[in-house]
Amino acid sequence: MSKAAELAALIGSQSAPSNKNLIINGGMQVAQRGTSQTADDNTIYPLDRFVLFTQVNAGVFTVSQSTDVPSGQGFANSLKFDCTTASGSLNSGDYLELQSRLEGQDLQRLAYGSSGAKSLTLSFWVKSNKTGTYQVNAQMQGSAKINSFAYTIDSANTWEKKTHVFEGNQSNALTNDNSRQLELDFWFAAGSNFTGGTTHTDWATRADADFANSLNVNLADTIGNNLYLTGVQLEMGEQATAFEHRSFSDELARCQRYYYRINEGSTYQRFLVGSCQGSGYANGTVPFPVEMRGSPTLETTGTASQYAVYAGDSVRTSGSVPAISSTGTNKNVANVSFAASVTNGQAAELLANNNASVYLAFAAEL
Amino acid sequence: MMYSATITNAKYSLDTISGENTCINCVFNGRHVSVPLNAENTEYIEIMRQVAAGDLTIADAD
Repeated sequence: MSKAAELAALIGSQSAPSNKNLIINGGMQVAQRGTSQTADDNTIYPLDRFVLFTQVNAGVFTVSQSTDVPSGQGFANSLKFDCTTASGSLNSGDYLELQSRLEGQDLQRLAYGSSGAKSLTLSFWVKSNKTGTYQVNAQMQGSAKINSFAYTIDSANTWEKKTHVFEGNQSNALTNDNSRQLELDFWFAAGSNFTGGTTHTDWATRADADFANSLNVNLADTIGNNLYLTGVQLEMGEQATAFEHRSFSDELARCQRYYYRINEGSTYQRFLVGSCQGSGYANGTVPFPVEMRGSPTLETTGTASQYAVYAGDSVRTSGSVPAISSTGTNKNVANVSFAASVTNGQAAELLANNNASVYLAFAAEL
Repeated sequence: MMYSATITNAKYSLDTISGENTCINCVFNGRHVSVPLNAENTEYIEIMRQVAAGDLTIADAD
């Protein structure tokens, strides 16, 4: 090992500088949408800041927050895939891909598109009963470039740490704004459309056949297949340093820039306070705990009768699902409309209608 | 990879004060959502991409 590498390793073993990990929720702590979901020909966010795209023929997974973690590393949680319905054969366009997406304005330290472009080091812990070769890609959105890492899970049911250095991209810049500019893509199953290309180990123009070129595992091929992932860290430099353990509140606040869910679990939980405007509807505002990435999408259960309006000393079943009600671009607060038979000028609360599973959520995902 | 979202029941909704379109209500990848008309919003970008491609039509508000 060179003196420079020794020094870097020594630095990495000491107290780490803050904000070195570009990945949010890499320790898999935050689960605003719940701790277990079903991946079945759909798109879900199994844990905050991780989006999973699933189409594996008939294959189905339960994807959950687990407490199975590598020993002695300080992690409390991991993301677990558990195959509940198998699909031994895949169609050509099938995929099981987990992404973490990053904003361009958080990546400017990398100086991409210049001669000073910095390397990125990826590290993560993984465990599976399925040994074999897997693939993770770094992808740049604007320039459609890909840089890949093929890694092997050597021992079944054993936590293994993987590290890889992505060289800096001197040719293509990352736009300095709040859009998606870089992403990590973990592939766990893929049809033939996504193999047969090239596993690029330097930045290259992507093609579909490159995405999972080195993947020789189908995580969906047998019921009971499982895979655990945690400690995902992407940092500037050429050394994998110790994982940056952030406080839960810090991690939650970072996640809430992209998703904020109100769901305290009580049967008549209050979501917001507003006022009745006319005889058939009301408006109110929801302030966000942190400024969101952009004007968010409002997410509801989709069933109007699960919401209610409290006005004039009575609870009235909502006549419509809550909706965004202003044309502004505010990232700190959302204006929400809701409907019921009310009296103009009264104060009004939007609340759950005797249903503890009802929620309001705001999404500004990348 | 770039994935195409599954979007159904897309319909504009009006601001009851200004009378302007304020959002698009739809089912987006199985989620019931109200999407602001904002070019920074990921769901709005995808809706407009599908509209431009001729794959999606947004119904007028009531």
